[in-house]
Amino acid sequence: MRKDKPCILRVEDVTMQFGGVVAVNNFSMEEYEGEIVAIIGPNGAGKTTAFNVITGVYAPTNGRVTFDGRKVIENFPRGKMKKGYLGENAGKYTDHLEPTPDKLTALGMARTFQNIRLWKSMTVFENVLIAKHMKRTSNLFSATFGGNRAEEKRQRDEADALIETVGLSDVRDEPATSLPYGKQRRLEIARALATDPKLLLLDEPAAGMNPQETVELTRFIGEIRDQFHVSILLIEHHMDLVMDISDRIYVLDFGSMIAHGTPVEIQANEKVIDAYLGVTDDA
Amino acid sequence: MKQNEKKVSWISFLLVLAFLGLVFWLDQIIKPTNKMYMLMTVLQKGSVYALAAVSMNLLNGYTGLFSLGHAGFMLIGAYTYAIFTIPSSARDTVYQYFDAAIRISFPELLSNSMGSAGTVLGVAIAVIFAGLAAAFFGYLIGLPVLRLKSDYLAIATLGFAEIIRAVFQWQKLGPITNGSNLLKNFMRTSLFKLKVGDTKLVFSTFVPVLIATLSIIVIVKLVNSTYGRAFKAIRDDEVAAEAMGINLAKHKMISFTVSSFFAGVSGAMMAMVLSIAQASNFKAAMTYEILLMVVLGGIGSTSGSVIGSFLFVAASEWWLRGLDSGKFLGIEAPGIFRNGFRLVVFSVIIMIVVLFFRKGIMGEREISDLFREKKKAKGAAR
Ligand SMILES: Nc1ncnc2c1ncn2[C@@H]1O[C@H](COP(=O)(O)OP(=O)(O)OP(=O)(O)O)[C@@H](O)[C@H]1O
Ligand SMILES: [Mg+2]
Repeated sequence: MRKDKPCILRVEDVTMQFGGVVAVNNFSMEEYEGEIVAIIGPNGAGKTTAFNVITGVYAPTNGRVTFDGRKVIENFPRGKMKKGYLGENAGKYTDHLEPTPDKLTALGMARTFQNIRLWKSMTVFENVLIAKHMKRTSNLFSATFGGNRAEEKRQRDEADALIETVGLSDVRDEPATSLPYGKQRRLEIARALATDPKLLLLDEPAAGMNPQETVELTRFIGEIRDQFHVSILLIEHHMDLVMDISDRIYVLDFGSMIAHGTPVEIQANEKVIDAYLGVTDDA
Repeated sequence: MKQNEKKVSWISFLLVLAFLGLVFWLDQIIKPTNKMYMLMTVLQKGSVYALAAVSMNLLNGYTGLFSLGHAGFMLIGAYTYAIFTIPSSARDTVYQYFDAAIRISFPELLSNSMGSAGTVLGVAIAVIFAGLAAAFFGYLIGLPVLRLKSDYLAIATLGFAEIIRAVFQWQKLGPITNGSNLLKNFMRTSLFKLKVGDTKLVFSTFVPVLIATLSIIVIVKLVNSTYGRAFKAIRDDEVAAEAMGINLAKHKMISFTVSSFFAGVSGAMMAMVLSIAQASNFKAAMTYEILLMVVLGGIGSTSGSVIGSFLFVAASEWWLRGLDSGKFLGIEAPGIFRNGFRLVVFSVIIMIVVLFFRKGIMGEREISDLFREKKKAKGAAR
């Protein structure tokens, strides 16, 4: 663990309950700057739900998220959940802080999606360029009447540079969704990077990729961390990739964390082998 | 690449300029008594609907917000424009049964000190005022309504437009809106004439065409700006847009308010073209008509909306007229070609177009793409 570095993300006692289903149960984790941390677990374990809580898509039923030294999300069982709450630590949190995802992106979180969500009517270039919108200083009027030429040009140049870096220059003007699967995932990463994040959250970046592409992606993720100085939190089922690049791993099963540690520790963990690795080793 | 884009905007600019010049010239040579005056009527009404359709397309086509409140915003624009351009001499005849509460006429006020330049400026201010009034209501309505998902948004905005129509006919508001009576005698297109030296210049068609052109240019510029791209991102995938830092509430509100503004401007134009403003004209059917023009032209294409509007207006006001008056394409059949038959044929044509051109006439393309595609093909051949 790089505990000498500042903590970029701290998740405390997060519970996400949908009606009577507890999708994430009292989950806590932390990530330090520059780390690559993985969340693994069988299908339906609650990994994507945890991402959705951290990025502001869902307000957690209970718990707190601290990002880059600042408390960004906090909630406790309220309203209907007051009676129906099935999780732990009720009463521990008293604040209600529920920012929309764009606020968190502005603070430096960026993500990709398990089921790719590119803007389908737009080209590769436009997909990256639009992610730069958040960084604008122009207002509606200056943008409409061309008072932001310099900024517009800079954003276009930055978008092009990013496309070059991730190796998509040859398909720059193609419709985003016409790309093969692997390249679409790469584009989603480029788009997330366009927001200049401190923390990059990747939801199954290797899903649908062949072994060759997976190896390339593994190297690519490492390069991104070094080149863009981001911390990376990723969900992945490809165990080779996870064991290869993760500094630490959290294992979820049925919403609860059953283990965490280094790849070596996780591979030797009996609970993990029972719950997960033993069943879907080469999934 | 860059050079090409510049060329495209220059060609577009020159074409627009040529079009405006042509309209100005037609205004001087085609008098209301001329048989070709139908063309001028189509140009006038076509401009009104073109702007209405383009502003609706900004919302429905580019931002993906399915709103049906357009007639309501146009009504607000029409009334605001009419009220603030009624000259004091005509005010008491217009407000027959009420004591007119608003006693300012911008063109009159400014012409007192500045002559005809003041009249022009006064009309311009009244038009902008009309847009601002509609935008203000758009903002107020948008606060609660924009949180709704598509179907509910459509119903809520439709309801709002109906409420506005009722409120404007309410007798208690008579001193402002003239109740259920119409507003007239304000600055209308037939009065848009200037004496320069010995010659009398006519601007009856030029003014609405100019207002529509300028407004549409602004909308095109907005759509092509970083904000317009954000609108399209919201339309394509709201979740992804929000995750990439686009504030949904704020951007939807911008699109809604700007769309309302230009709907208000088109309402003002409608008033000046028709010479009257009457709330009962701004029914939901008007919104549907505009929606049809948008769909006809291609949702998400500005050129499409303009083409759709002019075709719609030309067909319903001009080309198919004969179907109502006994003689069409040289065939005389007073038994079939009589009142109402035009609408039947028109509806059938529209149905056919919508069925066979699923994506409208233009799809999502623009006229300017035509120059672009040619260039590309040439470049590839070389
Ligand atoms: N919006 C929601 N409403 C109700 N239940 C939900 C919702 N989102 C997720 N769930 C439930 O939460 C559980 C965890 O789902 P989640 O998508 O987080 O799993 P996952 O670990 O990402 O699985 P996978 O590996 O298949 O992607 C599932 O049982 C799912 O049905
Ligand atoms: Mg998942």
